Amino acid sequence: MLNEIAFLLCATLTLAGAVAAMTLRNLVHCALCAAGAFAGLAAIYLQLDAEFAGFAQLLVYVGAVAILIVFTILLTRGAEIQPAASPSWRMGVTVGALVTACLIGSIAASPGLHGSPPQTVQAPVKRIGEQLMNQYVMPLEAIGLLLTAALLGAVIIALREPPKPEPPAP
Amino acid sequence: MSGADQIFVWIGHEAAGWAPAPAQPLVSAILAIAGIMAVFGACFALTTVAERKILGRMQNRFGPNRVGPYGLFQPLADGVKMLTKEDIVPFSADKTLHFLAPLVLTVPVWLAFAVLPFGRNMSALDLDCGVLFFFAIGSASELAVFMAGWSSQNKYSLVGAMRAIAQMISYEVPLVLSTVPVLMLAGSLSLNGIVAAQGSHTIGGLARWNVFTPWGLAGLLLFLIAATAESNRSPFDLPEGESEIIAGYLTEYSGFKYALFFLGEYLGLFAVTGLAVTLFLGGWHAPFQWLEWAPSWLWFGAKFSVLIFLFIWARATLPRLRLDQLLNFSWRFLAPLSLINLAVAAAWHWTGAWESAAAAPVRWLLCAALIALPAHWLGRALRGRLPPPRKYRYAE
Amino acid sequence: MNGAGIIKGLVETARNFAGSYHDRERLTTVQYPEETLPPVENARTLPFLVYDGGDAMAGLRCTACMICEKECPPQCIYIIKDQARKPDYMGKMQLQPKVFDIDMSVCMSCGICVEVCPFDAIKMDQVFELSTDDRFAGLLFDNEKLARPNEYFRQLHKTEASEVDARREEEKRKAAAKAAAKPPLPGGVK
Repeated sequence: MLNEIAFLLCATLTLAGAVAAMTLRNLVHCALCAAGAFAGLAAIYLQLDAEFAGFAQLLVYVGAVAILIVFTILLTRGAEIQPAASPSWRMGVTVGALVTACLIGSIAASPGLHGSPPQTVQAPVKRIGEQLMNQYVMPLEAIGLLLTAALLGAVIIALREPPKPEPPAP
Repeated sequence: MSGADQIFVWIGHEAAGWAPAPAQPLVSAILAIAGIMAVFGACFALTTVAERKILGRMQNRFGPNRVGPYGLFQPLADGVKMLTKEDIVPFSADKTLHFLAPLVLTVPVWLAFAVLPFGRNMSALDLDCGVLFFFAIGSASELAVFMAGWSSQNKYSLVGAMRAIAQMISYEVPLVLSTVPVLMLAGSLSLNGIVAAQGSHTIGGLARWNVFTPWGLAGLLLFLIAATAESNRSPFDLPEGESEIIAGYLTEYSGFKYALFFLGEYLGLFAVTGLAVTLFLGGWHAPFQWLEWAPSWLWFGAKFSVLIFLFIWARATLPRLRLDQLLNFSWRFLAPLSLINLAVAAAWHWTGAWESAAAAPVRWLLCAALIALPAHWLGRALRGRLPPPRKYRYAE
Repeated sequence: MNGAGIIKGLVETARNFAGSYHDRERLTTVQYPEETLPPVENARTLPFLVYDGGDAMAGLRCTACMICEKECPPQCIYIIKDQARKPDYMGKMQLQPKVFDIDMSVCMSCGICVEVCPFDAIKMDQVFELSTDDRFAGLLFDNEKLARPNEYFRQLHKTEASEVDARREEEKRKAAAKAAAKPPLPGGVK
């Protein structure tokens, strides 16, 4: 029973954060509510006994991605623009409702919802490390390559141009 | 030994035994929390006055010595001042964020104390991935800096907040990377496990602390430098230097909110110092086997105090770094050096067979050279960015 | 070597720290207000009026010539001449000030009044503990408050006081010698 209350709280926090991130007018508030939604998701992971996933979610999403989002907002001065209501909002609501209905229908009809809950797997960090290095080493290396490419791209974009030689004095 | 050593554990058990059986875990958790808050709150008060007095002595003057004997009641006076100051919120400030920022800074930092082992059987939580928890919680407090700077609607605050966040993100990389060799060689992310891995002894009864290995020494230095930068202490206090930017992201805070920021900063310092003691200095172990009779929490406290004194000493000695010097130092020196440290730790592990043989000093010297030489070259490369000597043109 | 400067700095501060416990003269501060730093001769804060002899008002050197009032840049000196005259150190009859007020909250300690005074009557004092809770009248110093004996002046600025006193003695001696060398007028008229 306590588990369910805890899950409801975490889920409410996540959903509220996500809804606020979509609807608030001030962009910085949106970004911070998105960070709150990330934290709620981390709480859900922790509730499922996935300690590593939960803390890694906190470290990466709240500690890095949220800060990246706020930096982007700051540097592009987007927070001063007041978003106006779009003229085609009726179409947007219809499409959103259709997609939600499809999602709910497919989740309700999925076999995982009706079967018995799977056994909780003990996932100590040592076991995660072993799996990453043995069975899942290819995805690990692919992610490493992706991150290196992103880092190189950032460095190239930020690279200072070599100083142009001075024009000869007249 | 077990009497004085386990006295706090015993007190906790006895006190929790008075509560009804179903509430006992909750009561024992609350007792642990209360204990941590009391001890580290007192530590915060003592550190503020000790810092001012030690800084004073190092600058050839007395520190505060009017309030109480040797000025020891100064924190009370400071506390009264902070609590009775008017709480000014700027008119155009974002009121919710302005209010929440000190809270978002202080709450995660208190959480970080839960995993530190203060003595034998004396950690509040024994998490399997304690180190990851610690760093995850630490990174949550960076958002608070941004919230503080943004909500003040003040150019100086915003620039100060951006500098502070850039600094904190840059120094998180060497901070985390310098702890990875410890995790690798201890084989566990659990802090109790790491302390236990430093529990055995070598020749002469010297404990196997990580700091007595070349990679451990380098790792401790890297960790301490990165920790100084993470808690915005001098020489990395550009975000809050008074002569630079008034008070940076703290400009628009007064009274109790300022006290909360101050508290959060010092508690963050205590948390990383506790982590440094746990990871590198053997936690609650004594340095020599024949000193193990002293209580374990006393050893933790002693090492903790030595590290805090080192931080204060560095503050008194070193001038402030400029922002580009700071960031260059992190990305061009500390981060590559932490990666090289990881390789040296691996080399240390592979040459483990040399230990009992007479090749033990060779092993030490080889690994030390493997890390000292790249440090020297990286340092030279960093200094090479100085501008060329000026050419002066004199009037004829 | 990399980091040599940092090590040197740390050694220096450690030496300060350890030395501060057994070398009292290393610490340059004093426990004010129980102790004060020794006074420096040329330091100055605010002006005061010098008087010779025991009676302050009778011995004031000031002759109300109004030069310091004119020369004071923030114009904080206010003088009203008195019609009665009194003799100065040479015996000559001089005017005296009935009212001599200096507004210390305006005075900027420039010392111009001291430089221009021809009678060595106004000199710079070294007091700084002048806090008062009366914003206007508390810092308006009049005759009595400004007057200080010559011994006080000598104690503060020894060199300057010695020079002034020597000069005045010399003048007195010259005048006395001249009076003694003058032949007596005929008919017993002095």
